[in-house]
Amino acid sequence: MIETKNLTKRFGSLTAVDNLTLTVNAGEVFGFLGPNGAGKTTTVRMLCCLISKTSGEARIADYDVGKEADALKIRKLIGLVPDSVGLYDDLSAYDNLDFYGKLYRCTETQRKENIQRFLTMLGLWEKRDLMAGTFSKGMKQKLAIARALIHEPELLFMDEPTANLDPESSKTVRDFILELKKEKRTIFLNTHNLDEAQRICDRIGILSTKLIATGTPQELEKALSSGGGTRKTVVLLQEQATDAILAGVRKLPGVGGVTTEGDKLEVALSDPDNQNAAVIEAIVKAGGHIQSVTIVSASLEDVYLKLVKEGGGRGP
Amino acid sequence: MRLSQSWIIAAKDFKTFRRKKSIVYLVAFIPLFVAILIPTVIGYVGRMKTPAELVVLLPAFLFFYVILGAYLSTPIASYTIAGEKLEKSLEPLLATPTTDSEILFGKGMAAFFPPLAAVLGGSALFMLLMDLTTKGKLGYYYFPDWNSAIVILLLLPLALLMSVQVNVIMSSRVTDVRAGQQLGALTVVPFIGVYVAGELDLINLGVTSNLVIIAGALVVVDVLLFFVSTATFRREEILTRWK
Repeated sequence: MIETKNLTKRFGSLTAVDNLTLTVNAGEVFGFLGPNGAGKTTTVRMLCCLISKTSGEARIADYDVGKEADALKIRKLIGLVPDSVGLYDDLSAYDNLDFYGKLYRCTETQRKENIQRFLTMLGLWEKRDLMAGTFSKGMKQKLAIARALIHEPELLFMDEPTANLDPESSKTVRDFILELKKEKRTIFLNTHNLDEAQRICDRIGILSTKLIATGTPQELEKALSSGGGTRKTVVLLQEQATDAILAGVRKLPGVGGVTTEGDKLEVALSDPDNQNAAVIEAIVKAGGHIQSVTIVSASLEDVYLKLVKEGGGRGP
Repeated sequence: MRLSQSWIIAAKDFKTFRRKKSIVYLVAFIPLFVAILIPTVIGYVGRMKTPAELVVLLPAFLFFYVILGAYLSTPIASYTIAGEKLEKSLEPLLATPTTDSEILFGKGMAAFFPPLAAVLGGSALFMLLMDLTTKGKLGYYYFPDWNSAIVILLLLPLALLMSVQVNVIMSSRVTDVRAGQQLGALTVVPFIGVYVAGELDLINLGVTSNLVIIAGALVVVDVLLFFVSTATFRREEILTRWK
């Protein structure tokens, strides 16, 4: 559905997006993670034909992004939920959607049906005649999502749809995205929220001007674990770790690092499933008494923070 | 360019303006107020004027409606662009399958037609009341004549067009509607200059050739402004440079 090759955008001397190469498949929810200023919004704007690319290629469906003749066709098959909702406060919720339905050339019947369907799904049907300006942030965000869906686009771009929402509204929006996922819609989701990305997205791309990594959340965690030894065994002792215990564990093969805090011992291992027995044996031999042993995997947050900090390329 | 897309945008803006009471009152009330005020004043002052003096005064007063047209499109034009900028509603609008020209034309229509209708209505009432007021002195109905047709049907639309385009350009440079309106209102300055020149007998606004020269100058200005406003209203400019 989306294919980019060395897509680059520069604003004067500033490179906002640098040689972005990625593929998003039809029916997939693709999460785009990155810190502020990473180029997420710029990428979405380029793909939505709102701003030009400086170099590289991008295709949406069978259309070329950047080709004037294809721009209208691309905009017809996409829906955009921008980072600012941008509703008309002096129009009712219904009129806001009806206006966009007309611009997308939906028939009157289609408009009526879709407005009712999406407003009902988002719990706003009863409030359809109220001015959008009277809505809460969460309601406005939901209305902006309904607006992006009014013409039933094949591809939906969402730019931080849960930013600045309270937990309840965020959950409603996330649940709605999951509903859309069930309908096999292709969704390109810009987000800061790692938990959201992990729960919703089939695949994730981590961007920091350059694309640092792509893969499923599990693949990204695994890739980091195998390369950086961030899977670790946490051993809870009955007493504080002694020097003898630390020395005994450190000399084991495959141990990446050992840290201790009170009665807790953290051992970074490349393969904890197979190495834990040796760790336990070493602790017992050194006179330690073990309460519990837990394997802790790298979370997506660990992966994200490590990759963004390093700024280096990695991918499964 | 698909006019239907532009019309959808203009129709949405008309709907929005109807809810902006200040704009509705301003656009509807001022032309009517002027239409009643000037004939009333002339009714008193006209008694002291000779028919020859009246014939010079009347076209100058009609030119006042050109100034009104340029002035009244300002609040609408600045709202339609700067207002969208303020509500941040331009990005989703630009993401629809609509070209920049269609959006600009739609916005232009929204700012053009309401003041045009109000000023046409006001000027028709003005001419009617003025005829009733001056018939006794002149012995004939002064309005309508060819010159009034040129002023109302040619100069007025050209002045409105100029005002709309200036407001588009101004709106791209400001961060709120009021600042846009204040800057856009400067459009009336050249028209006030012409009006004052008419009052000072520096230019006779009752002479057809003078009106045609003013119309020609406006056409040139409007064409130049067209290029500037279309260059200003480009989606990349709007999303990356407009503050």
